[in-house]
Amino acid sequence: MQFMLLFSRQGKLRLQKWYVPLSDKERKKISRDLVQTILARKPKMCSFLEWRDLKIVYKRYASLYFCCAVEDQDNELITLEIIHRYVELLDKYFGSVCELDIIFNFEKAYFILDEFLLGGEAQETSKKNVLKAIEQADLLQEVYEMV
Amino acid sequence: MPAVSKGDGMRGLAVFISDIRNCKSKEAEIKRINKELANIRSKFKGDKALDGYSKKKYVCKLLFIFLLGHDIDFGHMEAVNLLSSNKYTEKQIGYLFISVLVNSNSDLISLINNAIKNDLSSRNPTFMNLALHCIANVGSREMAEAFAAEVPRILVAGDTMDSVKQSAALCLLRLNRTSPDLVLMGEWTARVVHLLNDQHLGVVTAATSLITTLAQKSPEDFKTSVSLAVARLSRIVSSASTDLQDYTYYFVAAPWLSVKLLRLLQCYPPPEDGAIRGRLTECLETILNKAQEPPKSKKVQHSNAKNAVLFEAISLIIHHDSEPTLLVRACNQLGQFLQHRETNLRYLALESMCTLASSEFSHEAVKTHIETVINALKSERDVSVRQRAVDLLYAMCDRSNAKQIVAEMLSYLETADYSIREEIVLKVAILAEKYAVDYTWYVDTILNLIRFAGDYVSDEVWYRVIQIVINRDEVQGYAAKTVFEALQAPACHENLVKVGGYILGEFGNLIAGDSRSSPLVQFDLLHSKFHLCSVPTRALLLSAYIKFINLFPEVKGTIQEVLRSDSQLRNADVELQQRAVEYLRLSSIASTDILATVLEEMPPFPERESSILAKLKRKKGPGNLHPDLDENRKERSANGGTADHSSTTSNAKVAASPTPSTDLLGLGSTITTQNSAPPASKGTSLLVDVFSENIAAFPVETPVAVGCLPLAPFPSRFVCKNNGVLYENQLLQIGLKSEFRQNLGRMYVFFGNKTSTQSCYGWPFTVPYCAFFLTVSLQLNVHAKPADPTVDGGAQLQQILNIECMSDFVDAPVLNIQFRYGGTLQNVAVKLPITLNKFFQPTEMTSQDFFQRWKQLGAPQQEVQKIFKAKHSMDTEVTKAKIMGFGAALLDGVDPNPSNFVGAGVIHTKTTQVGCLLRLEPNTHAQMYRLTLRTSRDTVSQRLCDLLSEQF
Repeated sequence: MQFMLLFSRQGKLRLQKWYVPLSDKERKKISRDLVQTILARKPKMCSFLEWRDLKIVYKRYASLYFCCAVEDQDNELITLEIIHRYVELLDKYFGSVCELDIIFNFEKAYFILDEFLLGGEAQETSKKNVLKAIEQADLLQEVYEMV
Repeated sequence: MPAVSKGDGMRGLAVFISDIRNCKSKEAEIKRINKELANIRSKFKGDKALDGYSKKKYVCKLLFIFLLGHDIDFGHMEAVNLLSSNKYTEKQIGYLFISVLVNSNSDLISLINNAIKNDLSSRNPTFMNLALHCIANVGSREMAEAFAAEVPRILVAGDTMDSVKQSAALCLLRLNRTSPDLVLMGEWTARVVHLLNDQHLGVVTAATSLITTLAQKSPEDFKTSVSLAVARLSRIVSSASTDLQDYTYYFVAAPWLSVKLLRLLQCYPPPEDGAIRGRLTECLETILNKAQEPPKSKKVQHSNAKNAVLFEAISLIIHHDSEPTLLVRACNQLGQFLQHRETNLRYLALESMCTLASSEFSHEAVKTHIETVINALKSERDVSVRQRAVDLLYAMCDRSNAKQIVAEMLSYLETADYSIREEIVLKVAILAEKYAVDYTWYVDTILNLIRFAGDYVSDEVWYRVIQIVINRDEVQGYAAKTVFEALQAPACHENLVKVGGYILGEFGNLIAGDSRSSPLVQFDLLHSKFHLCSVPTRALLLSAYIKFINLFPEVKGTIQEVLRSDSQLRNADVELQQRAVEYLRLSSIASTDILATVLEEMPPFPERESSILAKLKRKKGPGNLHPDLDENRKERSANGGTADHSSTTSNAKVAASPTPSTDLLGLGSTITTQNSAPPASKGTSLLVDVFSENIAAFPVETPVAVGCLPLAPFPSRFVCKNNGVLYENQLLQIGLKSEFRQNLGRMYVFFGNKTSTQSCYGWPFTVPYCAFFLTVSLQLNVHAKPADPTVDGGAQLQQILNIECMSDFVDAPVLNIQFRYGGTLQNVAVKLPITLNKFFQPTEMTSQDFFQRWKQLGAPQQEVQKIFKAKHSMDTEVTKAKIMGFGAALLDGVDPNPSNFVGAGVIHTKTTQVGCLLRLEPNTHAQMYRLTLRTSRDTVSQRLCDLLSEQF
């Protein structure tokens, strides 16, 4: 995977994760172009599209769009399920996640993503294991704070 | 106010985010942010030391501001401080900030690396994971340099926790992607392969991705992964859905891991071992069988996960391309998906079938779905799905169904989405030509293309139809008749006027017998379009008119009148004016014979690869093309060959060239030369000359060779020289200047545009990119500094390449240059003269030292010897110069035989230094040499011997 973007129906970027080195300017341009392209698509359309030399896989959950860019030989359907699994993880962690959770706890959204995907590849696909890691970290903080 | 805030709530951050959300306008938001930035800056600068919590909070705010899209130019130091906090959340925020915001050339990098180093050695798995995530997220070269050796150690150490192994595996994968040269194979390699057997499926999942990337880089080292991957896959595929516990996803056993294992297997050919191969075939069959079973859940996640594995299995089957039964089963399965109610599946089925169409085993099976695919083209509501249908039709097209497919694509074109029209036009043009049995069908097809989608018909397409008509006698009459009829339409596309003008100008005589298309009718028809056309088309029409004067003397008067009118003779456009003046003059002075010679019919074009095909390749990349499409190409680029040099407008060329092969219509040149201003005096003086006696005194212009030139090797003199002209043709000169020191080098490449006289014709000579196919990327790093992509006529452009030799190598990197000349894209590929001996440092030594070392390097693989015939005269001084140019120190008085030459030096590479000794023994009597190389490395001995022996 080359990058993942989360954005709202209004086109506001909520999370961006880049797995390839790109300049800030390029990132902004890519985000802008893609957000525009995807928002222009109708609801029943297919979740995949060709974009430059990449394949875009996206899905909308409530007010948020989740969008991944993968390479030519990557598997579209499994990428779609990567998105779903990430949504499940957020959902479980926040308890019925909504856009606001991601806005106000953006750092958590990044931490969960890092436990799940690293270097653009699935690192741990078990929901239990990912959440365990995050909860342990939360616990660690509480312990430290008590000390 | 916001929802849950789990773990560490930072109230100040939440308040700030709320404030931003409440901002009514962009201005208000910026104001609020600036206020916050000022506040944070003062806090960071203040005398009072900040506690960890505040620091964390402010760093987090900065991060939030950055993610909103604003620039952040401070706070890095505070973030780095957080890294060494012993509070986990502070450390975590520090790492997050660094991952998102740090740029690799930051001077903080050594501080960051230090913090990472501490965490990696902390043996606290949570800290280690944070550090590994940071390396994986940043992935910069500096980090690779610092940790590329450490991460593999962590990965394979016996006492590493599973979660750390997972992070380490993917961290290494990222480093290998960004700096493959720094990730060196070692004894850890074998142990990584065995992670495929690990009990923890999470570890296997992460490791499989790593192994796949590494196997692509060095397949040999990871060959053993095939049997392990097959075994693992087999266990997953045959497991009950509950066996894998949390790794089962909506009743599908470990879909991510399955997909990754199938991907890994695609790095290799089918297993040779029968048992493994059998087991794999069983797996693939099971996966195909499962697709037929009723779903275990109605959830889309279930079917997606299941089908993800299925599609990956089909990719592997196609990759192996060796089991006809599996291929046909795959095709049938995809056939079912073509009519599935899920748009996603229909899309993927079309895409996957495209590759199946190119396998000889399944091509016929794919063809049976033609009606479904055509239907998809007509009825799919999503343009990206229709695009896939077009691709598939193109891929499944052969002689048997070409007429149907071309007809369907043509009719689709009328309503097609604008974004894909040009591509469809190219595809139709290629198929129509490739499968044309009778060329009248071809001509009809192209004219229909222009009719339905004239705006999307690129120059290549209409050049091509003209070439084909000119090269095929049998279709010329039909073409003339058809364009004549097409031009009757009240509104026709300008491209049609161009084709029509050209074809009637050449072959109008073939239909002139019919009174309905008499010469005058033809001329009136063409001229009725004249005023609606752009300058290049008008220029082309003027040339058609002069051709008419030759074909039909009876309309000469009418045409001369047109040429003589003020709107022509005094046209504001110089090109048009000049054509009118010169054609008028030519038609009034030249005798019929001269006119007939000058204006004779165009000779056949030399046959070359279709420029349309090249264009499609550029648009789509080679992957989407039908593999056998290149065969039997009878084509050339209209813009290449004879047409290309018709610069000084067609009339000057008429005059300059005594050969009848002049392309009067100036195809190509007129299209690109609308701003051109040919030196009128030159044109006229030539025109006068042509009517004097010595016509033959004018040289025939040689056509400029265009298109894709074969890969040019560099001249062998560059082995011993660093400067000179590397490559030269009529358009371009490439010069070199280079210097090398130890394992580094710098090369200045000069691109000279030789088309000085023609640059004023507005033919931009550009080098849009210089791509280096690093055939030896592991051994040699070549980095090009970006340069201005345009070179004016007569001017020169310099590009600097920095070279680093990592280890010894044979293949030289290839310099690919593309530029546009006269409307066509030119490709030049030359090998750069970067040879192993460039990294020589000469070493002086005494006779005693020399022979002592010579003996030490006595193992048979260390010595390479060659006996060869002298190709040049055996001059001692020249030989000495060559050995020194080669890079070795020439040692005088070392060899007991004074006519022998000995040399010594060290080859520097990043990884090692290789001492080299050489001895050259000339035998003037036999005109032979014996060359002996001894070095500590066999590959170096061999390469140096090969290089040096070519020099004498």
